[in-house]
This record gives sequence, structure tokens and C-alpha cells, in this order.
Amino acid sequence: MDKIPILKIGHFLMVAIQVDLYDRLALTLESDLVQAVSKTGAKGVLIDISSVSIVDSFMGRILGNIAGMSKVLDAETVIVGMQPAVAITLVELGLPLKGVQTALNVEKGMELLQKKIQFTEEDIDDDSTLQ
Amino acid sequence: MMIVLSSDNMRIMKELDMVVFRNRLKEFTVKIGMSLVNQTKLITAASELSRNMLRYAGGGAVLIEIVNGQRQNGLRLTFSDTGPGIPDIDKAMKDGFSTGKSLGLGLPGAKRLVSDFDIKSTVGKGTTITIIKWKNG
Repeated sequence: MDKIPILKIGHFLMVAIQVDLYDRLALTLESDLVQAVSKTGAKGVLIDISSVSIVDSFMGRILGNIAGMSKVLDAETVIVGMQPAVAITLVELGLPLKGVQTALNVEKGMELLQKKIQFTEEDIDDDSTLQ
Repeated sequence: MMIVLSSDNMRIMKELDMVVFRNRLKEFTVKIGMSLVNQTKLITAASELSRNMLRYAGGGAVLIEIVNGQRQNGLRLTFSDTGPGIPDIDKAMKDGFSTGKSLGLGLPGAKRLVSDFDIKSTVGKGTTITIIKWKNG
């Protein structure tokens, strides 16, 4: 069965979806990603969907689920690279992806995540100086 | 008056058929020179409808047709299944209504994405949904 690779970069997990998503693959990604967040203690998840040409209500729901589940595990999710046609379609479909953070590209998404976890990082730094 | 220029019939019996169907549909949209936004809208709507067919009726068939009408070309898709049918179509067409676990956006969302949407359903016999998306519509 196909699998979408999850890369760990520092405090973040990164996923680039470069294949046509079908339902089971999206569900596998959801559970793999949430497990990876828990296992690595990642503070942020970046999902690049720039190669994805179709996001329907099912895939939209999965993206929302990933963000929600990661949040519960203390990780922020940012979706990056959405194609303009996909954005138009999602809003007209009635799925504006509320509660999901987005950024234009991977670079901006990384910046957003860095900013979001800055406070947490400062806390960690304080701890290490104490030891 | 609508003229059918070309057509293709596909069966959707499992999840992976949806991927094949979406790719085939993409070829058709490119063939008639549909804009990228309209391509995306149509394929997304088709994705919703084919998933419904799989989930609620265990599969079905789709007829893809290039049609000419309103002085332009378009694509007409006919989804037909022999599933349980929809008892209350008005209710099913409302945002947020779902008998499954989905968000209930499938039918009303698909309708918003296309130029023309027609649904016929008989309980116990099946459902037929016909959608049209014009090249520039």
C-alpha cells in the first residue's frame, strides 16, 4: 500500500503530498501523522499541498482533523501551497477550512510555525540553562 | 438543443476507481479547453458524487459526455446507481445533512460547483444524478 513520507526537521514534521489522494491514503496519513507527533514530540506540522489539484469535502475534513488532533497533542499545523483553483473550489463547496492555519509556501509556513512556537522554545532554553 | 459529441462509460466499484475516474475526467476537461478553475470545480463535484455512490450504494456507473449547447461545449456527467435511493431529496440537498459520518456537504456542495444539477431517486431502486459544467460557465 502507498504511504506518504513524513520528514522530521528540528521541532517540525513535514509532509509533501505529491500523489493523488484517495480516501484510504488520506486516512493513513492522518493516523501516521498524529502518531508521529506523539512519538517525536514535534511542535509543528507542515503540510505542503502544492501538487494537490483536488481537495473535496473528505480530504478537507482530513486536513481539519489533522490540525485538530495535533493541536490536542500540543503541535500547530500549517497547510501550505494551496493552488488558487483549489481555494476557490473549497470555499464554494462550503468548506473554508476554518481552524486550519495556512501559508502561501513552505518558507512562509516555516516562519509562521517558528513564530508560533517561539515562546515554547524560550521556555526550553531557560530549562537548559538551569541545569 | 444539446448535441453529444463524444462519450465514455466508467464503473466505480472501489476507491481506486475514483482516482482513475478523476484522471479520465481531467483528460476530457483538457480536451474541450476548460479553464483550470472550472476543471477543478467539476472534478471536485464529481469526486463528491462518486464517493456518495460508493458509500451509499456500493458503487455504480458514470457516463461522461462532451455536449454542445448554449453556443459552447461542456461536460455532462450522469451518475447512476441501483442503491437504496434517497427518501427525502430536499433534506439531502441541505447543507450539513448527512445520514453517514460526513460533513453533509456532498450534494449541496456539488450543486454549487456546477452549471446544472439534476437528481432523481426512487427508494429501493436507485439514484441518478446528472450534472453539466459548461466550458465557460
